[in-house]
Amino acid sequence: MDHISPVLWQFLVKWLTHFALFPPEASKIAPEMDALYFFMALVSLVGLTLVVLLIVSFSILYNKTRHPRAVQIEGSTILEATWTIIPLGLFLIMFVWGALLYFRIYTPPANAMNIYIVGKQWMWKAEHPGGQHEINDLHVPMGRPIQLTLISQDVFHSFSIPAFRVKREAIPGRYTTVWFEATTPGTYHLFCTQYCGTNHSQMIGEVTVMTPDDFKKWLEGSTSGNSLAQDGERLFSSLSCSSCHNTRPDARGPSLANVYGSRLTLSTGETITVDEAFLRQAILNPSQHTTQGYAPIMPTYQGQVSEEGVIALVEYIKNLDSDYRVQQTLNTTDFVPEGQTGKAPTASQKPAAQKEVKP
Amino acid sequence: MSAATIVSLPDQSTARIPKMNFLTKENGLLSWLLTGDHKRIATLYLISITFFFFIGGALAGLIRLELLTPQTSLMAADTYNKVFTMHGVIMVFLFLVPSVPATIGNFMIPMMVGAKDLALPKVNLLSWYLYIIAGCMVIYTMAAGGVDTGWTFTTPLSTHYLNTHVISTGLAIFVAGFSSIFTGLNFIVTIHKMRCPGMTWFRLPLFVWANYAASILMVLGTPVLAITLVLVVLERTVHIGVFDPAYGGDPILFQHLFWFYSHPAVYIMILPGMGVISEVVSTFSRKRVFGYTAVAFSSVAIAVFGFFVWAHHMFIMGISNYAALVFSLLTMLVAVPSAIKIFNWAFTLYKGSITFETPMLYAFGFMGLFTIGGMTGVFLGSTGTDIHLTETYFIVAHFHFVMVGGMLMAFLSGIHFWWPKWTGRMYPEKISQFAAVVTFIGFNFTFFPQFILGTLGMPRRYAAYPPEFQALNVFSTAGATILGVGYLLPILYLTWSLKYGEVAGNNPWQATGLEWQTQSPPLTENFPEIPIMDHEAYDYEWLERQQEKEVASVG
Repeated sequence: MDHISPVLWQFLVKWLTHFALFPPEASKIAPEMDALYFFMALVSLVGLTLVVLLIVSFSILYNKTRHPRAVQIEGSTILEATWTIIPLGLFLIMFVWGALLYFRIYTPPANAMNIYIVGKQWMWKAEHPGGQHEINDLHVPMGRPIQLTLISQDVFHSFSIPAFRVKREAIPGRYTTVWFEATTPGTYHLFCTQYCGTNHSQMIGEVTVMTPDDFKKWLEGSTSGNSLAQDGERLFSSLSCSSCHNTRPDARGPSLANVYGSRLTLSTGETITVDEAFLRQAILNPSQHTTQGYAPIMPTYQGQVSEEGVIALVEYIKNLDSDYRVQQTLNTTDFVPEGQTGKAPTASQKPAAQKEVKP
Repeated sequence: MSAATIVSLPDQSTARIPKMNFLTKENGLLSWLLTGDHKRIATLYLISITFFFFIGGALAGLIRLELLTPQTSLMAADTYNKVFTMHGVIMVFLFLVPSVPATIGNFMIPMMVGAKDLALPKVNLLSWYLYIIAGCMVIYTMAAGGVDTGWTFTTPLSTHYLNTHVISTGLAIFVAGFSSIFTGLNFIVTIHKMRCPGMTWFRLPLFVWANYAASILMVLGTPVLAITLVLVVLERTVHIGVFDPAYGGDPILFQHLFWFYSHPAVYIMILPGMGVISEVVSTFSRKRVFGYTAVAFSSVAIAVFGFFVWAHHMFIMGISNYAALVFSLLTMLVAVPSAIKIFNWAFTLYKGSITFETPMLYAFGFMGLFTIGGMTGVFLGSTGTDIHLTETYFIVAHFHFVMVGGMLMAFLSGIHFWWPKWTGRMYPEKISQFAAVVTFIGFNFTFFPQFILGTLGMPRRYAAYPPEFQALNVFSTAGATILGVGYLLPILYLTWSLKYGEVAGNNPWQATGLEWQTQSPPLTENFPEIPIMDHEAYDYEWLERQQEKEVASVG
């Protein structure tokens, strides 16, 4: 190969045999989105061929040498109606088909396993319900719907997994969700696709899809000792939330047991459903989210808790299904009764652990 | 390709450029800098936007060079971010928005409606000065260290997290915005009030209709951008807390306001280009544009619908699913008028008498590339596929097909079409046809691989990327080199033609517009006497009768 430049040779041999042309389909939604993609590509190809065919054939048939005098034609209502209605019909099919996919991707099923994602300049932090933390990595089991709840700590980021065909913006100050069900074990690209400053192109990572057994092993090997809800429970007591939200008859704050998912009337008279976003707002901006019947005395925790901390608190409150655990927390701060401190974590870990491990 | 041509030039041995014309009327720098003549202002604009086009183009070259390798090898990530930001800002606000309207539109609209000048000549000059001030501020920004927000100025990144020259860039765009508001205002008043006797609305050339629609967008949309940028500047300086969640603002609000202008801005950029294509396709097929009224009203329809689709830039940004539904539907509706135009142009060729001069080649290039650009827009307008394709190279390829493949092709088509009118001289035909073909090939090589890159998921605005994307990036960079040659050639031969080109005569293309029925280059007053429009637009039979009459009376 003396007569060919080494750079060119490397290009021809290495790159041309090793470059991708289509992303892997590694989620349940991927083949469905690709079906629409290829339908659109087909329509585009037919449309483009039609336009090119018209231009080329008219150019041949009616060029000046062959057709020296133009015949003046005003227009044709029928023809114009045809090329108004047919494209409109096709576009409407694409609209409906696309909307069906969109609603599926952005409406997580109720049984999805939730993983919190915090974006910050320039890394992705994943918080599993079992307390496993990951940076620029995401491990998920295959064959199970996974919901991601995203938030950004600073600027807009965007969480993109091309192999799953899903993407969602991580926005400062509000939760967004997306879900997927991975189908093929392997590692896939994870990108930040919203420009976020200097190291935008370094805000990348890997998504690892594992079989349920491998995932269980990974969960066990990566545990930090506390579940997310337990982290939240600790914060709940260290921030002295329990001094008001303590279920006593004279409590200054409402009981938080089973509050998640319930209908709540606010002091403004508005009725809302309590979700993650409301809980977050109620912690950071409490004066505008006061429950009816309570005085607006709760201080703001803006700036005192990180987004990860808020997530832990939210996760704790979400899993709070009886007043018993608040009492437990009270007990651990007020006094330590024999045998109680060790038991509390196990009690709260149990339901969480069951959720994670179940394939 | 057929050798037949429509070009009819006067006998070169006797032909002279008319002694009295708008270029020779007065001399000296001041006569240019204080001129009220729309043709001189258009010339000033042409020189200035060409200058900024080549700055923006050089930056594009740097981007493509950096992306030749997967690592950040040519420049640091920060530099790369500044380079693509400046490329976007310059190309959008200092080239694409003023390109056709402020140059060709400025020159031709008064002539096409049979007027002596625009309605407000001094405002027209003011708009050029505002453009130059904006341009100087952008150059200052670059010299002072640049800005790395991206041309979209996403908050809170732009308001809180960056330490670069956001304020001077924002104010530059603010000033440039007023330049385009004034141009739009001038066009609207002129088209309403200054049409010559007999020039009814439906006798206007379609170029005028397209610019009218674009002017409405400029006047109604640009103030929103101005307000948004002022708020960004205030947010940065005194932390008023409109966009930044840390001060109680809402960053999504910025997205709404920004795209409320910046989506219509896409139509500000493309509509005048569509107007050029209507003129060129009609002239070189010797036929009235197929379905004149449909093409005219599709421009207005695009302008109206164009205001109600902005949130399709925000499908993945946490707007409500139902809002996304509505905006997606409206986006599909706005795609229809563009499809109508493409087919109407194609059918203008039917039973015509077609020749293939340079403007026509560029127009064919426009029709092919704009079809691809428009269809891939539907991929992004459909909510489901948008999730996967948005914020990747797919969207970069899409808008470059529309803006560069569409708008820039139309601009070059228009420049080649009206160059003989503007300067009184022809350019060398063979070289210019060659340049049109080179541009088309280079363009496809540069941007088509980016559709595949985007489908693979390569994010936009990445200084470094995974190695398996390299082969396609190498193709793209190689294509950009060809494209660069395609853009340099016209500069060379058009400049050459200023002195050595053949004398064009009044109407080298045998076109029907009023601008062709007077001398080239025109008089400062455009016409020796106010013309009377006694025929429909694109009436080639009228033109023939006119020429027979002239031959009879002179002969």
